Amino acid sequence: MDLLNALVALLNFVIVPATAYGAQLALGALGVTLIYGILRFSNFAHGDTMAFGTMVTILFTWWFQSMGISFGPLPTALLALPFGILGCMALVLVTDRMVYRFYREQKAKPVILVIVSMGVMFVMNGLVRFIIGPDDQRFGDGERFIISARDFKAMTGLREGLAIKTSQGLTVVVAVIAVALLFWFLNRTRTGKSMRAYSDNEDLALLSGINPERVVMYTWLIVAALATVAGTLYGLDKSFKPFVYFQLLLPIFAAAIVGGLGNPLGAIAGGFVIAFSEVTITYAWKKIARYLLPDHLDPDGLVQLLSTDYKFAVSFVILLIVLLFRPTGLFKGKSV
Amino acid sequence: MSNPYQDDRGNKDASVTNPKPSGGFKAAPGTGHPEHNADAFLIGDNMTGGYGKGADILHSCTIAVNKGEIAVIVGPNGAGKSTGMKAVFGMLNLREGSVRLDGEDITSLTPQDRVAKGMGFVPQTSNIFTSMTVEENLEMGAFLRRDDISETMEQVYTLFPILKDKRRQAAGELSGGQRQQVAVGRALMTQPKVLMLDEPTAGVSPIVMDELFDRIIEVARTGISILMVEQNARQALEIADKGYVLVQGRNAYTDTGRALLEDPDVRKSFLGG
Repeated sequence: MDLLNALVALLNFVIVPATAYGAQLALGALGVTLIYGILRFSNFAHGDTMAFGTMVTILFTWWFQSMGISFGPLPTALLALPFGILGCMALVLVTDRMVYRFYREQKAKPVILVIVSMGVMFVMNGLVRFIIGPDDQRFGDGERFIISARDFKAMTGLREGLAIKTSQGLTVVVAVIAVALLFWFLNRTRTGKSMRAYSDNEDLALLSGINPERVVMYTWLIVAALATVAGTLYGLDKSFKPFVYFQLLLPIFAAAIVGGLGNPLGAIAGGFVIAFSEVTITYAWKKIARYLLPDHLDPDGLVQLLSTDYKFAVSFVILLIVLLFRPTGLFKGKSV
Repeated sequence: MSNPYQDDRGNKDASVTNPKPSGGFKAAPGTGHPEHNADAFLIGDNMTGGYGKGADILHSCTIAVNKGEIAVIVGPNGAGKSTGMKAVFGMLNLREGSVRLDGEDITSLTPQDRVAKGMGFVPQTSNIFTSMTVEENLEMGAFLRRDDISETMEQVYTLFPILKDKRRQAAGELSGGQRQQVAVGRALMTQPKVLMLDEPTAGVSPIVMDELFDRIIEVARTGISILMVEQNARQALEIADKGYVLVQGRNAYTDTGRALLEDPDVRKSFLGG
């Protein structure tokens, strides 16, 4: 019984939240990795692109809610998501036309583009705060839990409860669909293959008649969609605050680099590696230890390796270790 | 030094800074007898030019190939062999001269437009998509085409049977000779009228080299003109309908492959006696 209780507590506090968080990071890292593979620079504005897409989604959600439109047990934000994606696509295409294209024509070095993307980051950051404000926004509605802790306890008679939030279940389902669509697109369609070809060998892609501007446009469109989906899911799961999205940049980059920049499979794996490390290292293991250890060994403290305030340190350390010992990432990507 | 976005301790391309400038303007030595190029299928006529704003590398250099024939460019290192071919393909600025394909002046077209006009180009290095499968490489070669490509793909597989067995394998995992086959196959997918090969046998074993030359002859027999640059001058001239010996960006000797092989001057200077 104690073992079962420990298992349920582990699921409830570590595995379920880390899976949802990992899926959100993976979607974010996919965007970063696509930009790196095709446009050849690290896009520091990605966190704020996510924030912008989410903001548009939130504004549409509020509008729908005010009109009384809802999506039954599912959050209304799902209905608003396509509009958020469109808004985000418009933003990145305008940014590309106004900023990045100039540097592409100059054949600017990646390091210059990185700095340019930081500038774009500050502009987008300001834009989002200007429109929706710097505060926390909640926009989730519908059914809150798939299984609540109380129901679970009543069902099983265990002392520990297992709660799965709708947003968590939704995150995983939507992430699986998005990733499946992305891989189908990249591996099966003519446009997707031309994107991979361009990422592999730019000159040869030109020789084969692939139009780079088209490839770049499709890349931005996909990245905008991924960023908005990732941002909205994160917002539903936690809450929306522009500064938090800016901070998400670090775990997202860590995920993309750990997996291997430019490698979509690696981005997904990296997302889960980072999420699980962050959650396991900042979780207080006292409860689970109490179930598993004999009574006289009960820990006095929380058995928490690191306070949650320091969770970004975890991704940072993983990032450093990977860069030192395996610069191309777990899966074969490009070295930074 | 003109572009502030790119300056990073030189551009690491030795071909830009010609280490041995030819110095002064002299008349090209000429070929000794008049050339008949008027009806050549593809001709780079009197080409003078270099990379970007750099010094001229080619000096009144003429390279031509007839329909269904094989023309080979040979010469010592740094003679401008690859540069001559790149000039024909539009990859450097010509200050003088013109390029004509089937009687049409294509001097001002970009390389991509020349591909659409029916020129296929196989670069010397990085000539395949390493992370993609053999079949995807061929598909990308046919990117410009909107019609059914399966027939052309079947032709490529008949020409290079080994590729059919490896069609699902990543091209980067293949051996040097097989990679060159993928590269040539990719270029053939556009159904070009002219195929340009930049040192197709660089870095492959002698046996594979013979095999590749056989395949190139087969391609030429289907009516595709072939223009190639080769390091292995002797073998290449043996299969060449026409040979061009370049020295310092100028036409030094031009004749049929056989005649060049027998020419005592050419033998002494380039073929090692």
